[in-house]
Amino acid sequence: MTAVLAVQDLHVAIGPRGKAANVLRGASLEVQAGEVRGLVGESGAGKSMLGRAVLGLLPANAVVQSGTIQFEGRDLLAMPEPERRSLLGRRIALIPQDPMTSLNPVKRVGAQISIMLRHHLALSKREALERATELLTEVAIREPRRVLDLYPHEISGGMRQRVLIAMAFACDPSLVIADEPTTALDVTVQRQVLQLVERLRQRHGAAILFVTHDLGVVAKICRTMTVLHAGRVLEDGETADVLVKPRHPYTRALLAATPRADRPAEALRPVPPALIESLWSEAHRLDRLAVAGPA
Amino acid sequence: MRWGEIIRRLVLIPPTLFGVCIIVFVLLRVVPGDPIAMMIPPGASAADIDRLRAFYGLDQSIPQQFITWFGQALSGNFGRSISLHQSVFELVLARLPATLELSAMATLIAVGLGTVVAFTGVYVRGRGAEWAIDGGIGVFLAIPDFLWALILLLLFGVLIPLLPITGRIDPQLDVTFHTNFYLIESLLTGRLDVASALLQHMILPAVALALPFAALVARILKASLSEAEDQDYAQIARARGFSRPAILLREVFPNALIPTVALGGVQITLLLGGTVLVERIFSYEGIGNMAIDAVINRDFPLIQGLILTFAILFIALNLAVDLLVTLLDPRLRHG
Repeated sequence: MTAVLAVQDLHVAIGPRGKAANVLRGASLEVQAGEVRGLVGESGAGKSMLGRAVLGLLPANAVVQSGTIQFEGRDLLAMPEPERRSLLGRRIALIPQDPMTSLNPVKRVGAQISIMLRHHLALSKREALERATELLTEVAIREPRRVLDLYPHEISGGMRQRVLIAMAFACDPSLVIADEPTTALDVTVQRQVLQLVERLRQRHGAAILFVTHDLGVVAKICRTMTVLHAGRVLEDGETADVLVKPRHPYTRALLAATPRADRPAEALRPVPPALIESLWSEAHRLDRLAVAGPA
Repeated sequence: MRWGEIIRRLVLIPPTLFGVCIIVFVLLRVVPGDPIAMMIPPGASAADIDRLRAFYGLDQSIPQQFITWFGQALSGNFGRSISLHQSVFELVLARLPATLELSAMATLIAVGLGTVVAFTGVYVRGRGAEWAIDGGIGVFLAIPDFLWALILLLLFGVLIPLLPITGRIDPQLDVTFHTNFYLIESLLTGRLDVASALLQHMILPAVALALPFAALVARILKASLSEAEDQDYAQIARARGFSRPAILLREVFPNALIPTVALGGVQITLLLGGTVLVERIFSYEGIGNMAIDAVINRDFPLIQGLILTFAILFIALNLAVDLLVTLLDPRLRHG
């Protein structure tokens, strides 16, 4: 069975030609149908870039240098634009990071949900509204009819995130990319949102690529995980294995830097600068090798 | 804008107009220049001059004159024009529709042109063509309306005589109007030949007024579209499979419209001010052209009436713009 998502040896550079920074240096990962995979790494590790590359949301000055991104066996990068667009939002969906800026401020919630349903599922206006009501009920929004008539600024951040989650699952996608969807929320709302995502995943049978820097979140909901650093995959496997027996010193350092209830705060150790330094110089050495070719 | 705010703005209108009246009234009488000197024939005796001065009330002190004028103005009598010997109110009312039609036409052209340029500029964002469009906008912003008037007049009136260059309508055209909104009236009564003649007279001054304003609209709208397109909600729309034109039109434009109306709307007052010179150049019979004659003749009552009219138009425009912005932005509607 082919993986829902298979990223192979992806290289992405950002910036002006000549001075471009390599943000992904041969990253690879697979997500199987129905799998929940955590994609972790510190800021700048390239985890968000990987998610954006799948969605075609790379910044204007970013270039995919090589590699493939296969969705259900078809390469998204080689696909004609209209075909890719018909997959985005319908088969591949996004739960964005910041619920405060991710909804259009001048359009009613109902209009924003139904335009997507009408675009991808060719529903009539009435059908789309009906379906939007169901979706809001599914994400546990009370009085969905009333909320459909509200503007984003009239509902809370947690509620907006629910609306965005409802929109992600609206067309029964087989892959949902969650780009740090809990980072901008406070802790109590975070938990509800995670439960909600898990429930919807089960109901709609989607696979999820959960991009986060929060190992706690990964431990809670992801069966498998990928650790990214400096644009490369350092570790990949069952979450339990990776967290209990981290093979790479960087993963160990990340774990040591995570606050936990069962140990005092003094025990927190930042990732040693020397380790980050050595990883980066290793990355650059491999880049030079790749350019020069094997000796 | 909520009701309280609207009422506050309406309450502020009379004091604003009162201030305008005082400033204009005093300034006119303090700066050198005398209406009487403009109307007397050479060789008039000092006694004649004094009699004329007394006839128009100009022998009294400025506060005394103001009280007399303001008292009459409150009852709707804005005095008689010294040079045209008619009621100022009737003179202005007869000419105002011509200027309103011209300004509305110019605004329409400017908004249409500016919107097209702004969308084109945003669509080619980041490419060389964007620089060309930005440069073009800069050039059109730098050339004032009266210069366009002269250029257009020479180009399409003299060099390639395609269009009439004076007046509002051909004098030989056999038509009587019941209102002074000639264009609107002729369209409503189905006199398309008359409407076409009016449009031919209107198009050159309207374009001259429209070009700098179109550049302004294009610049503000393009900047607003660019900014809105970079927002998360527009980026996410891309990840939902919408095409770029659809996103620009449906997601980005309604947001970009808000700052554009707020900033650009009040600039229509600049366009109105531009009618003074442009109407003069095309001998178009509106209040702008009338204002120049009034100033040349030191026709105090007429100048006062005209400036008051412009002031009322400006205030009304600002209020309309604020109301429109409130309609466009749901965040303002709910306060």
